Amino acid sequence: MENTIYTISVYAENNIGLLNRISAIFLKRHINLESFSTSASEIPDVFRFVIVVHSDAERVRKIVQQIEKQVDVIKAFYHTDEETIFQENALYKVKSSSLFEERHIQNIIKSSHATIVTVSPEFFVIEKTGFREETEQLRKDLAPYGLLQFVRSGRISVTKAKMGISEILDSFKNNN
Amino acid sequence: METKTKVKATQIQAKPLHISGAEAVVRCLLAEGADLIYGYPGGAIMPVYDELYKFQDQLHHVLTRHEQGATHAAQGFARTSGKVGVAIATSGPGATNLVTGIADAQIDSTPMVCITGQVASHLLGSDAFQETDIIGISTPVTKWNYQITKASEIPEIMAKAFYIARSGRPGPVLIDITKDAQFDTFDFTYEKCTGIRSYAPYPKLSSTDLEQALELIDQAEKPFVVWGQGVILGNAEEEFKTFLETSGIPAAWTILGLSALSTDHPSNRGMVGMHGNYAPNLLTNECDLLIAIGMRFDDRVTGDLNTYAKQAKIIHLELDPAEINKNVTVDVTLHADCKISLQELNKRIKPKTYPDWIARFDALDKIEYDKVIKSDLLPKKEGLTMGESVEMINKHSKNDAVIVTDVGQHQMVACRYAKFSQSKSNVTSGGLGTMGFALPAAIGAKMGAPHREVVAVIGDGGYQMTIQELGTIYQQQIAVKIVVLNNDFLGMVRQWQQLFFDKRYASTEMVNPDFVTIAQGFRIKAKRVKKREELDAAVKEMMASKEPYFLEVCVEKEDNVFPMIPSGASVSDIRLE
Repeated sequence: MENTIYTISVYAENNIGLLNRISAIFLKRHINLESFSTSASEIPDVFRFVIVVHSDAERVRKIVQQIEKQVDVIKAFYHTDEETIFQENALYKVKSSSLFEERHIQNIIKSSHATIVTVSPEFFVIEKTGFREETEQLRKDLAPYGLLQFVRSGRISVTKAKMGISEILDSFKNNN
Repeated sequence: METKTKVKATQIQAKPLHISGAEAVVRCLLAEGADLIYGYPGGAIMPVYDELYKFQDQLHHVLTRHEQGATHAAQGFARTSGKVGVAIATSGPGATNLVTGIADAQIDSTPMVCITGQVASHLLGSDAFQETDIIGISTPVTKWNYQITKASEIPEIMAKAFYIARSGRPGPVLIDITKDAQFDTFDFTYEKCTGIRSYAPYPKLSSTDLEQALELIDQAEKPFVVWGQGVILGNAEEEFKTFLETSGIPAAWTILGLSALSTDHPSNRGMVGMHGNYAPNLLTNECDLLIAIGMRFDDRVTGDLNTYAKQAKIIHLELDPAEINKNVTVDVTLHADCKISLQELNKRIKPKTYPDWIARFDALDKIEYDKVIKSDLLPKKEGLTMGESVEMINKHSKNDAVIVTDVGQHQMVACRYAKFSQSKSNVTSGGLGTMGFALPAAIGAKMGAPHREVVAVIGDGGYQMTIQELGTIYQQQIAVKIVVLNNDFLGMVRQWQQLFFDKRYASTEMVNPDFVTIAQGFRIKAKRVKKREELDAAVKEMMASKEPYFLEVCVEKEDNVFPMIPSGASVSDIRLE
């Protein structure tokens, strides 16, 4: 079966230890994660994990079954890139001298649709939201000018299809 | 005794009691009906033990000799009683010693609540004395776990723990309680947990799936049932029996399904899997419909998945959604408690017989009898066999004992030959294969079914892993019967070495102690049998004993267990010799 990128979305209670419990499911199967991010979701008190893995469909289905089996997990889904809208966020710290001395750098910022977050006498920080290739391209373009720091967030994504978590929570209530 | 301890803990308190976290733990246990627990005290759990002392007229605590023993005893109790087993230990090494039993309970779906003490919350993460991250350690092997750092959390979390342990597919839950949370006082009220919003343990059976299943059953000419522990956990033994009797479908069990249907029932065609019976293994690859009930297609059952029942349609009655299409892709899933699914099937199933198909089983059974069973049970050679020892237990227990087994050759032999007339009578470590399980599990098994005979059948290797629990047996005067089938080898590993490693017996031969003297040292009646003519009388004497009794049976050193499906081979490649 072919390996591809899958985005796993997990709706769960915000309990201490759940992160560990979910990551243990990957650890047990010797799977490395491409990225992992967690945040609030559209439902009050329900947290959302977005996990990106490189895997095949059969494997990711079984992993999602195991994730969903956890008591504190409300629902887990997996999607291909075509089924989601996703972005990553990157920050680039560059020394300020290059901004003023190298005109070319301003063109790079402009053409990549990046924004300058802050500027100080010593350094300035650029922010870029986009696909992996875009943030990666900007990193490459800025490298010759002395990139002091670079960091990229995990993927965040929303699905094109409806998630229906509120309905799921209601149906749980009715079953219990 | 103080007045407050005389208040029945199970009473609904109109006015909240102002009590310590430690006392709350004990009252929660009583409210959940857990009046028998297994454990071992230590620094971080001492406040709870102090309360156990005060509540000793209501709650019986069994001091095991090792925390692992406490978990296995709790498992044994759960398996024969159907209730949640409880084990309690201190922080650090006390907690880590629970891990093997927790992992065993997780893989064998045994309802268990483990309570551990933890260092005070202000010391968490400071590498304090006997601090260990038991939440982190136990996460992969628990159904759920939680660390309590405030006394006020205790009632809700304890209620959740019991609810989660026993509902849906049961499993172990660990609750870690910091010492300060045990000391702190708060207003206690108790309410049982009836649901958790993120957790739906009882799915509703789909009528479409049911229709499809009925259609497949109707069309089948060579249907075959394989059942597992789900039948026992779902209390579905009666429905299951009705299903088999009406449908006329032959059935075989996984090791944990054993005893759900009496061994002499005509539909019961024996065990599937690595050391299972010849007919059900071979015919798995001949049936046209495989109905899997409350089982999970473990690799020890299926062998090579690429050649497992490929010709058959498969119906899977399964409660746990994570098991659906996990190892074997099936045609229809009845995703519900198997009791419900069987009830629905029974309403619609048509009475049928399959004489030609059943005759296939009979013919293969005869081959197995001639090649294997006859020489196991009625041996001509001088040395005693494990098979005849088990058969003697059948005879003197009138096929009605609870048989607790450890792991290895004796386990396979006992499960192949032990006779059962009622459910919840087979207690063994199936999924994890935990040597050392049987002796402590037998303690719990007997306490969970005090009116039944409990016989622990153990190998000489596994016996020595938890042998110290003889102390518990004597102190508690638990009338278990312990049979060690001693071949002075780690027999199953030796068998594999013989068959697959050219008889290189690396570290499998055991120079054993005098087991009779050891048992007597623990003040337990003990006897050794070396000759066939002594066996009958010795087992009879053991079964007649009202006290704990130890019997060592010195068996043939290098006997092998057959049939056998070599690891990773197809069920069709089952070997008789």
